[in-house]
This record gives sequence, structure tokens and C-alpha cells, in this order.
Amino acid sequence: MSEIKQERVGVYVCHCGSNIAGVVDVVDVANWAAEKLKHQGVVIAREYKFMCSSLGQELIEKDIKELGLTRVVVAACSPHLHEKTFRTAAKNAGLNPYLVELASIREQVSWVHTDKAVATEKSKAVVSGAVSRVIENVPLEELKVPINPNTLVVGGGIAGIQAALEIANAGFHVYLVEREPSIGGHMAQFDKTFPTLDCSACILTPRMVEAGTHPNITLLTWSEVEKVTGFVGNFNVTIRKKARCVKEELCTGCGICEEKCPKKVIDDVFEAGLGYRKAVYTPFAQAVPKYPVIDKANCTYFLKGTCKACEKFCPTGAIDFNQQDELVNVEVGNIILATGYDLFDARRVSNYGYGRLPNVFTSLEFERLSNAAGPTNGNIVLRDGKTTPKSVGIIHCVGSRDKNFNNYCSVICCMQGLKFAHLVHERTGATVYNFYIDMRTAYKAYDEFYQRVLEEGTLFVRGKVAEVTDAGRNEREKGKLIIQVEDTLAGKQRRIPVDMVILSSGLQPRADAKEVGKLFGISCSTDGWFTEKHPKLDPVATMTEGIYIAGCAQGPKDIPSSVAQGAAASARVLDKILQKEVALEPVRASVDQEMCSGCRICNGLCPFNAISFLEDRMVTEINPALCQGCGTCVAACPAGAISGTGFSNEQILAQIDGLLLRNIEPVEA
Amino acid sequence: MTENFEPTIIGFTCNWCSYRAADLAGTARMKYAPNVRLIRMMCSGRLDPTFVLRALSGGADGVMITGCHPGECHYIEQNYKALRRYLLLKRVLKGMGIEPERVKLVWASAAEGAKFASETTLFVEEIRKLGPLNWGKPTERLDDLQEEISKTEEVPA
Repeated sequence: MSEIKQERVGVYVCHCGSNIAGVVDVVDVANWAAEKLKHQGVVIAREYKFMCSSLGQELIEKDIKELGLTRVVVAACSPHLHEKTFRTAAKNAGLNPYLVELASIREQVSWVHTDKAVATEKSKAVVSGAVSRVIENVPLEELKVPINPNTLVVGGGIAGIQAALEIANAGFHVYLVEREPSIGGHMAQFDKTFPTLDCSACILTPRMVEAGTHPNITLLTWSEVEKVTGFVGNFNVTIRKKARCVKEELCTGCGICEEKCPKKVIDDVFEAGLGYRKAVYTPFAQAVPKYPVIDKANCTYFLKGTCKACEKFCPTGAIDFNQQDELVNVEVGNIILATGYDLFDARRVSNYGYGRLPNVFTSLEFERLSNAAGPTNGNIVLRDGKTTPKSVGIIHCVGSRDKNFNNYCSVICCMQGLKFAHLVHERTGATVYNFYIDMRTAYKAYDEFYQRVLEEGTLFVRGKVAEVTDAGRNEREKGKLIIQVEDTLAGKQRRIPVDMVILSSGLQPRADAKEVGKLFGISCSTDGWFTEKHPKLDPVATMTEGIYIAGCAQGPKDIPSSVAQGAAASARVLDKILQKEVALEPVRASVDQEMCSGCRICNGLCPFNAISFLEDRMVTEINPALCQGCGTCVAACPAGAISGTGFSNEQILAQIDGLLLRNIEPVEA
Repeated sequence: MTENFEPTIIGFTCNWCSYRAADLAGTARMKYAPNVRLIRMMCSGRLDPTFVLRALSGGADGVMITGCHPGECHYIEQNYKALRRYLLLKRVLKGMGIEPERVKLVWASAAEGAKFASETTLFVEEIRKLGPLNWGKPTERLDDLQEEISKTEEVPA
């Protein structure tokens, strides 16, 4: 009976140094497989220190050639790590790569169990399952699909701009989608950038202009992605271009409409609530594109039906109150998400008084305050708009490294706090206090900047601020904001009166990050940042082929890192585009039309519209290019007419039996 | 009788969420009960209820099915189909005289290694309380086993 099988299986058990061998008796597992699974076709079972090493791979390649192996099982780490390695090794030796199975005895056994005997027994079962399964594997060929050379970049901050420019400069078309009326992102709001103190606008706006005028970039501002279908190489994206109420083809960006608009609105986006804009506006002078937007929620015409001042004065007749949202459909091969971050809402730390005590500012408010193009022309003044502070307290880690809010470090706040200290010192001569938990100034030239700020005479108090209050206890504290803090270096409580408090608020995921992730089919970490494929080795790719992430959408980071990630993501996209086609895993469902009864049960199950019914022949057909390989239809077919390659019924049933050790040769009682 | 009973459990895991959660539990060296043996599938929607019956009839004392949280399916909505089949399967099991609690559906995202580990340990304890299923343990029916092995080894043309 055991002669029925013609397959010749090789089993390779990896020690992974001591990672596996420390808990699992690998020699026992290999010997057991050689003996008990012999009737299944196991002709050789070896153990080796590192199967993934080139020597380990050569061992397998040699056996395939010399022993004529037709199936290979590698008992090692998770298939998500080394499946490709061993498939490639098999391919090099002339064996179809899909005839290799990995048995995960590291992630699923040695790392999670402690009892050596139990772990060894479980390893045997897992190996047995893999052997039974691999016998049912069939040779498969990768599916090749062409890659659309166009790319979609979502988010027009510095990371998105960088990514778009790199791809456009390489000669490929990019659709850059931005939710706000102008690209530029948070960086456009900043005054100076640490540690060099470059003027933020001076270094950013040339990039913005380049992106805005690049022949290979289609800029879609005041727009949002609404729907994404398809898969790597062939995404179909629907973008809602919100009505600007300004005809872009006629508008010259002269700004007369903005000047004549009688309606002033508090600008809580770009000016962080410190300044005003009009109801028809461009967010800032260097905005790209230059066309304004009519804010329908505040425009007098939309509210009361009269006014139309902008229309009256527009020299080119570009105002169009009847403009409707437009749905733009684009076909792209790859997508980069650079959707950025939201600032932590400092109101949540109620003991710091933001929103209640007027002279407590957030970091973004201070950026606008110190910006020469901001509401105070760069004068650092209190909320009354005229008084220059004589003393300023900067509180670090607001909402970060705090179990009540976000556990993580927001990365940029230490350097931001130091930058603020320098700017306050330089422009007002005020006494500056920095309240920090730990000073984190890693990366190039950052610590040197810290030294510089120290030398400038800024005072540093190590301790988490307990409270900011305006309840003065004596003359010295009267009319001031008092910062109550435990100075952990001096070991005592301090009350420090200041005129102004700046909260170095942390970064947090966009409020809609989860929905956006769902739209593009990628996941978020428990903190809410987009999850990268590998935290170290694949930081800009995601689990979904063809979708990449860059900048703060992936986690808090500073400008240089955001730019680096934007460029890295574009390199990955260019790599895909230049390959011209992409190989898809051949995990697909197909219908045996001889067996199909035409019951149509499967027809409604596919979310990708891969299943169609052939009315003339009364049978169902599956389009392999649209099929994503989930296998739901395979499980549903009552006639058993649908088979799923890579995860066929035969493979899974055999693996069940193998895992339950129903395949071992019955020993004589 | 059940004091020294170590249940055998087959786990059907989704490639995108719970299999990665198991990987994560491993990477983080979280410890959990060693009774579960996993089978990777592309989606919980791939789960043909016959797989569960095959596992139970083949010696497993329980079956754990894990998939992405509702609304987070890699294939948009196929985990809902798994949920439907799971609920139906439990009714069928009851009709067959098998405790429906022997089959459990767990949602675990790729980030939930800790949840995967704790749910596994919890399920093992639940099955331990139920005791062995003893449905077609191989040692009891050696001849049938031989016959069945020959069946499974036939490669369809």
C-alpha cells in the first residue's frame, strides 16, 4: 500500500542556532520523520544548524539533484520569513518552487513553548502535517500581470511631494492628491526647521512649485480618494474633486476675490486658530496651486443667497457658484500613502490648562506665532497680541510617553522644544525653561544643537510638569502662569512663574487613519499608525502589494526621515514600474466546468467580481486576473467543482490527517 | 479521567491576520498551551466545514478558527462568510451529538499576538473541561484507518 506514492520527499529540520534546537530535539524530529514517514515517501531527513544559510540551501539543492527529491519540507521559521528563500533554492535545483512547504517550528513551537518533550512532539506533528500536505502540492507557475506605470500619491506634505517628484523625474506619471486647498502639509506652517534653523518655507516652496508645474504630475488638491479597486499593477481609483467654486482654467490667482470678500473666518487649519482668512481663500501666499477655494460653510452667498462680491470683482469671471463635486477616475499601478499626522489635542491634558488659560500655546500655535508670514508677523507675543513675554516655559512630552494618552515617544518634540527655546531667546531675550522627562537628541547634528541651546542660557528642569495654573500664591506669582513641577535632579518641588507656556504636543495618527487604511486595504498598529511590512527591513512597504507608506502616516518622524521615506517609497514603486510586470502568487480558484452544476451559489460570494456565470452554457467561470485567492467560493461549492491552487481540499485534508498523526505507519502492538 | 488529558486541537488560521499574530506571539516569546496545531489558509472564508468535521473525526478534540476582525478582512468581507458557516456548523454539530463548544471562532488581527496566545490557552482549558472527543481515534479502528489513508493518498487525475 505504501508503494502507491511515487513522491520522494526530503525533510530538513533547522536548528536556527539555539532558537529551535534549544527547545526542540531536532535530531529526534529528523530521525522520527525518516522512520515514521518513510512510507509516505520521505527518503531523507536531515537537521542542520542554519537551513537558510547558503550551505543549508546548497544541502537541499544537492539532495534534489542527487536523490531525485520531488517534494521538500523545511521545518524552520514562519513561511512569512523564509518561504521565498527555500522556494528559490528549489527552483535553482530544477524543482518547481511550489513543491516546497515550510513547517513553522520556531514561531509556533520553540519560541512559545518551554517543555522540551512536548515541543519535540508538537514539532513532529507539524512536520508530519507538512509532509502530508506537500505530497498533495502541485507544480504552479506565477501569474504575470502588466504594471500600469502611473502612480497615485495620497498626501501633499513633504513626504508625498518628495515621492511624487522622484517618480515624476524618472519619467513616470504621478497623481498627487491632497485634501487641503494647497500642498505643503505641516511643513508649510513651520517657521524654522531644526537643527539648522533653515527657513521652512524657503526650502519647501521650491519643491512645491516644482511639484505644481511638473509635466509628469497631475495635482488634485481639495480632493479625496473615495474608492479603490483592483490590485497591484492595476488599481482603479475614484477621487472626489470637491467643488472649489473657482474655474481653474480661468483663474489667474490674482487674489482680488480674497481681498474683496467681506467675510472673515478664523483659520483653524493653517493658522492653528491664531489668525483669520476670508471665506474665499488660498491658505497661504505661496500656496500651490494658486487657485483659491470658496468655503461654502462660511460664504455669505451660500448662507444667505446674496453678496457675490468675489464674482463681481473677479477680472476673469472665474468664480462659479454652481460648480459641483467632480468624480475623477484614474488607473494606477502603485499607491503611496503619505497622509501625515494630527497634532495631539492638548486640551485633553486638562491640568496644563490649554484652552482655559489664554497664554498656554500649542507647538503649532507657536510655529505660527514665530513665523514671519504668520498672524503676528513673527512677533512672539502673548494672546493679547502685544505683550512680549519675559519668561517662557516649554513643556515636553505633552500627550506622549504618557500612559493616560499615548505610550509612544513622538520623536520630534525634544528638538522642537529646543528650537522654540532658541527662537524665544533670540527674539525676545526672555528667560526660557524647558521641562523634560528625558532629552532625546539622537541623529546628525541634533545633540550639537542641544549644546548650543544650553550655552545660550536656556534653563532645563528634568521632571514631568504636574500642573500649569494661574492661581498665584504670592506677589511673585501674581498674574503669572505657575508651572508646578518636581525637579527630579534636585529632588524637590518647584513652582516656576512664567508669562507664557508652550506645550510641545505629540503627534498622533490622523483621526480617519483607520478608515483610510481600510479604503486601501492596509492595517493600522494598535496606536493607529499604518503598519509596515517589516519594522526594520521593509519600512515603506505594506502587507498589501502595490501600497506603500511614507512619512508620519507610518509613525512619528522628523522632516529628514519623512523625506527619506518618501524617496524610499518612490524607489520601490520605480522598481515595480521598471519590471513592467508583476508576478502574482498563483493562489487562485478555478472551476471545473464539467463538474459545475450551474447552481450559482458561488456567484454572490466574490467581492472582487471575479466570478461570472456563462448563461449560454449554464456554468460558472472565474477570471484569474481578478481572483485574489481567498478561497471562499472553493469552500462553498456543493459540487466540489471549484478548486483553489495552493490551498486545495486535498492539501488541507492531508495536512489535517498529518497533524493528527493519522499518516504514520501503524507500529506493531 | 480528564486530569491528565491533553487535548489535541487543530487551528485554522488566516494568512493575513491570525497566522501573523501567531508569528508575533513567537517573536515576542509569549508562552501559550502547546496543544494547538495550525493550518494556514488564505482567509477564514476558505474554511470548508468538512475540514472541521474531518479534524474532529480524525482525532482532534477541538477546532479553533481564527480570522480578521469584522470589517478588517483582507478580502473585504469573507470573514463574515466564515462566521455564517461557523454558526451553521455549530448547529450541525449539536445535531450530531457533539458539543458545539468544541469549535470556536476567534478574531485576531496581525497585531494581536497576545490575544492569540491567551485565546489559545483559554480554548485548551475549555476543551480540557469537555474531555476527550474519542471520535474515531486512530488506535481504535486500525483497519478503517488503513483504508482511509489509502483514500487520502489518491491523487485526483
